Amino acid sequence: MKRYEIVIIGGGPAGLAAAVAAYDEGVRSILILERDRELGGILNQCIHNGFGLHTFKEELTGPEYAQRYVNMVLVRGIEYRLNTMVLEISPEKHIRAVSREDGLIEIEAGAIILAMGCRERSRGALNIPGYRPAGIYSAGTAQRLVNMEGFLPGREVVILGSGDIGLIMARRMTLEGAKVKVVAEIMPFSGGLKRNIVQCLDDYGIPLKLSHTVVNIEGKERVEGVTIAAVDENLKPIPGTEEHYPCDTLLLSVGLIPENELSRGMGVCINPVTNGPVVNESLATCISGVFAAGNVLHVHDLVDYVSEEAAAAGKNAARYVARALEENPRHEIPLLPQNGVRYTVPYSVDPSLLQETLTVRFRVGAEYRNCFVSVYFDDERMVHKKRPILAPGEMEQVTLQKAWFLERPNLKAVSVMVEEA
Amino acid sequence: MYDVVIIGAGVVGCAVARELSRYKARILVVEKEADVCCGTSKANSAIVHAGYDAAADSLMAKFNVQGNRMMGELCEELDVSFSRIGSLVICLSEEERPALLRLYENGVKNGVEGLRIVEREELLSMEPNVSDDAVAALYAPTAGIVCPFGLTAAFAENAFTNGAEFRLNTKVERIAPAKEGWEVKTETETILTKCVVNAAGVYSDVLHNMVSEKKIRITPRRGDYFLLDKNTGDFVSHVIFSLPGKLGKGVLVAPTVHGNTIVGPTAVDVSDREATNTTADGLREITEKAGRSIKNLPLKQVITSFAGLRAHEDGHEFVLGEEEGAPGFFDCAGIESPGLTAAPAIGRHIAQLIQEKLSLAKNPSFNGTRKGIFDPKTLSKEEYAKLLQEKPAYGNIVCRCETVSEGEILDAIHRPLGATTLDGLKRRVRVGSGRCQAGFCTPRAVEILARELHVSQSEITKTGGASRLIVGTAKDSIEGEARI
Repeated sequence: MKRYEIVIIGGGPAGLAAAVAAYDEGVRSILILERDRELGGILNQCIHNGFGLHTFKEELTGPEYAQRYVNMVLVRGIEYRLNTMVLEISPEKHIRAVSREDGLIEIEAGAIILAMGCRERSRGALNIPGYRPAGIYSAGTAQRLVNMEGFLPGREVVILGSGDIGLIMARRMTLEGAKVKVVAEIMPFSGGLKRNIVQCLDDYGIPLKLSHTVVNIEGKERVEGVTIAAVDENLKPIPGTEEHYPCDTLLLSVGLIPENELSRGMGVCINPVTNGPVVNESLATCISGVFAAGNVLHVHDLVDYVSEEAAAAGKNAARYVARALEENPRHEIPLLPQNGVRYTVPYSVDPSLLQETLTVRFRVGAEYRNCFVSVYFDDERMVHKKRPILAPGEMEQVTLQKAWFLERPNLKAVSVMVEEA
Repeated sequence: MYDVVIIGAGVVGCAVARELSRYKARILVVEKEADVCCGTSKANSAIVHAGYDAAADSLMAKFNVQGNRMMGELCEELDVSFSRIGSLVICLSEEERPALLRLYENGVKNGVEGLRIVEREELLSMEPNVSDDAVAALYAPTAGIVCPFGLTAAFAENAFTNGAEFRLNTKVERIAPAKEGWEVKTETETILTKCVVNAAGVYSDVLHNMVSEKKIRITPRRGDYFLLDKNTGDFVSHVIFSLPGKLGKGVLVAPTVHGNTIVGPTAVDVSDREATNTTADGLREITEKAGRSIKNLPLKQVITSFAGLRAHEDGHEFVLGEEEGAPGFFDCAGIESPGLTAAPAIGRHIAQLIQEKLSLAKNPSFNGTRKGIFDPKTLSKEEYAKLLQEKPAYGNIVCRCETVSEGEILDAIHRPLGATTLDGLKRRVRVGSGRCQAGFCTPRAVEILARELHVSQSEITKTGGASRLIVGTAKDSIEGEARI
């Protein structure tokens, strides 16, 4: 069995950034396992621009952004294997993987960074009634077919869900010659970034119907039409509001689910809100030496934050293998999501292990206007940041200072919340 | 001239074909869809019923119990996933106990072995998630679960390798008596045959009524189902039925041989024989009923919902055998539940009738065993490593959720009556049947199908006919390029 100091599961943006950071922290024995044909993950199919404004201070396409990190990996000579599917990871960090080239691969890891990303929620999970013909695609599948393989999956398109991929695909399908008739969103607000609504729908005259969902799919062989209807405040379709759209394609952009089957299999504790691992300030999971970052941890909106988070995980994994992350006894201070905040990453903090600052990322559960994001150390308000708008589609973050923790040795809990103005 | 033309390649038609292939006969199976197992056989509860339910002395009871007894050995012979996990009919109140006892007595009359009533305490030890209201249950140890696609494909493949011919994508339009035997007319040709077997599922009345004065009527009865993620696979360990009670007929909850949980069906009579659409009402009904016998069922873990049509005959009875006044025309009509269970026995029965009629001699080269698609998950670590060395395609994982390799896909495509469509692959090797529901593997599976079948990717369909997955190339309508 071959041994590596750090094995990274997934060669997308999180895996690449984690590998680079771990290398730069001094680790030389690093292996990236990637199931697809190339490094870069889903960025390879995101050929639109808008990536890298935070990281590189310039606007890149997805493949360009990915290539920058791929180059960093190549320059450092970090080892990677493509077309390699990890089948199982044991709690002792033994990895069993398989590939056409190498057959059965068994690896022992000093530390593991989980960076498997996420998958798209399917039609089945939504219980959309109707037939099950060809022409129903998740937006990401359609994106791969169009952008990487040059195929057109349909010509007349209805999109359900206004997540970013759905919005991006509304524009893409239009540019490739298809007619996008409508984007329906069951919530009263979009799940995507504001800029994407403007640039992908408004600019092309594609209507966005909020508080609408698909109530029927017609066509026994290929999609022939879908019916959408308005929904009430309980998200139930309102009879009499049905509108029929003839089309040959229904794209679904109805949410992303962190892909944690391997994590669950090895016993990593999963948070039911994010469907991602529960991690502490070091992005370490409940299994010693197993870290997580990127969309496998929680679904991000911008890849820049994925890279930043994954770099932290890579650095911490390097500290772990260098035995610089003392494990016991940990002094755990919980981070509590409250009043509109659905979750926080991390979930707890050991102040002694903090770098100078700690970035806490979270999402809110509804739209808020002219409100504050506040952080309380017990009853003491430490952060009170005015925000004109907070939306579930956009990830939020606050920065906490290590000094704040050290100055308060009796601190019991940190609360992150939305406060109305 | 054929000896027998079988219309319909569902589980019954394929079972008849396989049993007939024991004899020296020219057999042709005609199927309107692009694959075997495309109708009722593909969308049902996948249950091997014990046989206590059907009315005593009915054909349903007889063939159910016979089919159940055959299933174990048959699935060994044909290498089909089958598990005799037993069933429980849950009784939710003392008032309903007499109905439970009646079911027990009916089962005894039907010859069902091992039936007994289990009381709450024992029931809880068998099924910890049973409803708090459950007072007792009828336990039928002979009930089981089977892979309906696997069973149908196995019958078909075995029939094929023993000489039966199959014509897919061929719809029968008319059947008429000929000078000798029958003329079976399709869109493109007239097929002459001595005998016809009507195994046309929800269309079996249409065929029957073409040749018989004694009309029958089949009503498509739609059943909606939920299929739950494999992480629910051990939520129940028996087939759980609700005793029909004051709240009407319930839905069943059962594990599948693949490790998912199935919940359903509803029962709604429809007029369209192709109306396999789920409906909002149907899905709501399952949601409401699912919790009656089993508590805290994780319905949030639904990965797909689907609907199938049972061929419900007015008399709620199988219509089996040679039709009076139409010599050589054999019905397998009105095959609804327990049709999947009964199929092996129906196949044997009809084959025997035809053998007698045509005095068919034994097929000396008949081989009743068939090897299923090789599943590398059954190997030890050492064997697996060796397989990957010898056949690297098994190392290329195409479907992540179900861990299906290219090796298994190639096996599914290149075996007798192999897969030609995406759904054909799905039913044979479970590509795309996992939690992401084909999101990641569709492009890869289409690519492999096209390569192996020597067609372009745009010709690959989901289910045949007009169900193309790719309609053109990017910008083809803008740049005036030819559409593919």
